[in-house]
Amino acid sequence: MSGLNDSIHKHLTRLEVSAEANRCLFCYDAPCMHACPTHIDVAAFIKKIATDNLKGSARTIMSANPMGASCARVCPTENLCEGACVYAKDAAPIRIGDLQRYATDWARDHNVKLFQPGSPTGRSVAIVGGGPAGLSAARELRCMGHAVTIFEAKNELGGLNTYGIVPFRLSTDVALWEAQQVVGLGVEIKTGVAVGKDIAADDLLANFEAVVLACGMGAVPKLGIPGEELDGVLDALDFIETAKMTGAVRELGKNVVVIGAGNTAIDALTCSKRLGAERVTMYYRRSEDDMTAYPFEYEFAKQEGVEFRWLCAPKRIIGTNGAVSGVEFVRTQRQAVDGGARRPPASLPGSEFVVAADTVIRAIGQSRRTELFDQFGVKHDGAVVQVDEHLETSRPRVYAAGDCIFAKGSREAMVVEAAEQGKIVARAIDRKLEQRHG
Amino acid sequence: MADLSVNMAGIKSPNPFWLASAPPTNSGYQVMRAFDAGWGGVVWKTLGDPIVNVTSRFAGLDVNGVRMAGMNNIELITDRPLEDNLREIREVKKRFPDRAIVASLMEEPSRAKWHALVEKVQDAGVDGFELNFGCPHGMSERGMGSAVGQVPELIAQNTAWVVEAARVPVIVKLTPNITDIRFCARGAAQGGAHAISLINTINSLIGVDLDTWQPIPQVDGMSTHGGYCGPAVKPIALNMVAECARDPEVRIPISGIGGIATWQDAVEFMLMGATTVQVCTAVMHHGFRIVEDMIDGLGNYLDARGISSATGIIGRSVKLMTTWENLNLEYKLIARIDQDKCIHCNKCWVACEDAAHQCIDRVAQSDGSTKLVVDEGECVGCNLCAMVCPVPECISMLEVDTGKPAQSWKQRQAAASGTAG
Repeated sequence: MSGLNDSIHKHLTRLEVSAEANRCLFCYDAPCMHACPTHIDVAAFIKKIATDNLKGSARTIMSANPMGASCARVCPTENLCEGACVYAKDAAPIRIGDLQRYATDWARDHNVKLFQPGSPTGRSVAIVGGGPAGLSAARELRCMGHAVTIFEAKNELGGLNTYGIVPFRLSTDVALWEAQQVVGLGVEIKTGVAVGKDIAADDLLANFEAVVLACGMGAVPKLGIPGEELDGVLDALDFIETAKMTGAVRELGKNVVVIGAGNTAIDALTCSKRLGAERVTMYYRRSEDDMTAYPFEYEFAKQEGVEFRWLCAPKRIIGTNGAVSGVEFVRTQRQAVDGGARRPPASLPGSEFVVAADTVIRAIGQSRRTELFDQFGVKHDGAVVQVDEHLETSRPRVYAAGDCIFAKGSREAMVVEAAEQGKIVARAIDRKLEQRHG
Repeated sequence: MADLSVNMAGIKSPNPFWLASAPPTNSGYQVMRAFDAGWGGVVWKTLGDPIVNVTSRFAGLDVNGVRMAGMNNIELITDRPLEDNLREIREVKKRFPDRAIVASLMEEPSRAKWHALVEKVQDAGVDGFELNFGCPHGMSERGMGSAVGQVPELIAQNTAWVVEAARVPVIVKLTPNITDIRFCARGAAQGGAHAISLINTINSLIGVDLDTWQPIPQVDGMSTHGGYCGPAVKPIALNMVAECARDPEVRIPISGIGGIATWQDAVEFMLMGATTVQVCTAVMHHGFRIVEDMIDGLGNYLDARGISSATGIIGRSVKLMTTWENLNLEYKLIARIDQDKCIHCNKCWVACEDAAHQCIDRVAQSDGSTKLVVDEGECVGCNLCAMVCPVPECISMLEVDTGKPAQSWKQRQAAASGTAG
């Protein structure tokens, strides 16, 4: 049985990496590069591995994607670079994710400095949130020579990479190293400062020439059913954070029930399993086809021994002496798609059933930080900040990137998208500052 | 299965696959292992005055992760007493009477010394001699090996001395470290050689260590040039074999050597005029066992083409080699890309764009993809795109009828001077 900190990524040897790097065709204008949201020049970084230029390889990766080390672990590569590999159809695609992990691990192990700050422009930018989008924007802005201050409500940078992804997929070491690469460029860091509470939006607007909202999302919302106050009902992100940062969580008991079917649900499930819960079951009100977790995550959860129940909606959580003892579900039925929009599944009356549960973890998405958006006076639609193509919000000088602009869609938000948005925001701000100040 | 046996200038072997004179034929133990594996013949590691070798001796050239695409060595001839070698030759010949055992010899350019060596060695029952006029390192500094092989007159003279005394066929092994191999081959023929073998190794320095700046291989902090061999030298060897095969003044059988590792390589050398082929580097890389597929592959190849004997392919492509001036200037080929096979790696595009004639277009399609299409009016038919394409049979070179009669540069010059005259 694997433990919480036993990485699912196996150690790569120089032998296998060399063979794989040499197998790469070194395509021109390669499809893998186009498939990557940050457009990493994959062929170039692999060629550099083949010529033993690992520093150059890491720089090629990290210059296109400041979260290149995390993405090597969390990206759905089969849907992105590896899926686009010209070998994907007739032969096995190049293991791009593994090669990227090797090169960035080398940079981490050798403590090399990959980037230098640009010559100072005298302009300053505030970034709200030190997750992937914020760090990416900060890195780019520093390389352009702008002063950057990151306001982060948590004690550590990295956002979900640090706190929200299970340690066996992405360790804090990797997430914090990546953050340190950015901080090392001379970024001012204000951790433990919640913008909107500890410092007002107007203060930022008054003291900085531009503000980037990269605040991600909030806690997992309540299910809205009776019994949620019972001891043993957990927010998936709180649960993963506690497990990752302290290595210990309250006694989960024998039966763990996870509600939801996204990647965070998978993380909660596999994390519970690795913490020793005997029976870990996912319940989802929709069907298997509707699940938003990546196929490889789903596959991984199956291999870890997780069970899945589809078309079941929770009705109430049952308690004994103030603690969770079971959950009542009702069976549901798929509804026909209505003009492209997914309709909530319909409950089947009389199909109620009760399962034993010692812990219930809700993983049904994240709440939105609408109060903060309102404080900045930016327009949002369905609590998604509205931005133009340069990721500027309705309010001049305020930009947004990452999960806070992620519209609810068929898939989960990706770290790699956040990283790219950080770059876009930085370019847009740089251009604006140039126009404004010449 | 087709008959693979060959007879080269009277030296018979059950198949054309011989081991070249080199480390794999250093001892009776090795040669017996080789014969057990199926090799048709061996050229025993060069006999002569035993030498003292240095360490290290070998170095490999890796290309894009492929080990030993080329190899060089600074090892010399046998370091074992002549008597030991001859005793082992006798034993091996007794156990494997149907295989060819050829003794490679090296001696100072002295008639008496050559005669003495030949007498001693042929008493051991060898099927032939191969004179090592090729070794480019160490021995050449002592007036032997390629020091002889680089002077056609010396080749002829030394060969003649050996032929005088030899009761078995004499093969002369040529060095490629010359300007025109034909002069050396002619020297061998003039000296009375019954066959030639080529090529020996090429002068080389395999590399320099990037950490220590030490040339490779190193001997106590110093290095020296070595002899280069392995797959990388095959085209050089094949050309030299072809040049000798089509030279009217040579006209003796050829044993092909240089980068041969597979039955396919062997077929190419045989088509270009080799009766036997000699292998070393591939065995040093993989062991004697590689001969199994060489025999099997050659047999299947001949069977598939309805050729009953391996001798049926010897020299069959020689007449297709000529000088550049005789090539048809009016012949036209163009590249065509099979869109169903294309994997869109764009390697043909960048190769043509940066290094050829900018005649592949990336045509945007309505579905957002791009299609690689050859501009047939601009294509010069150079082959580069087909060479870089990783997909078998995706890019083919098609003949275009220009409607013009064939004309070579030579004919064109003649026509022009005729007109001018």
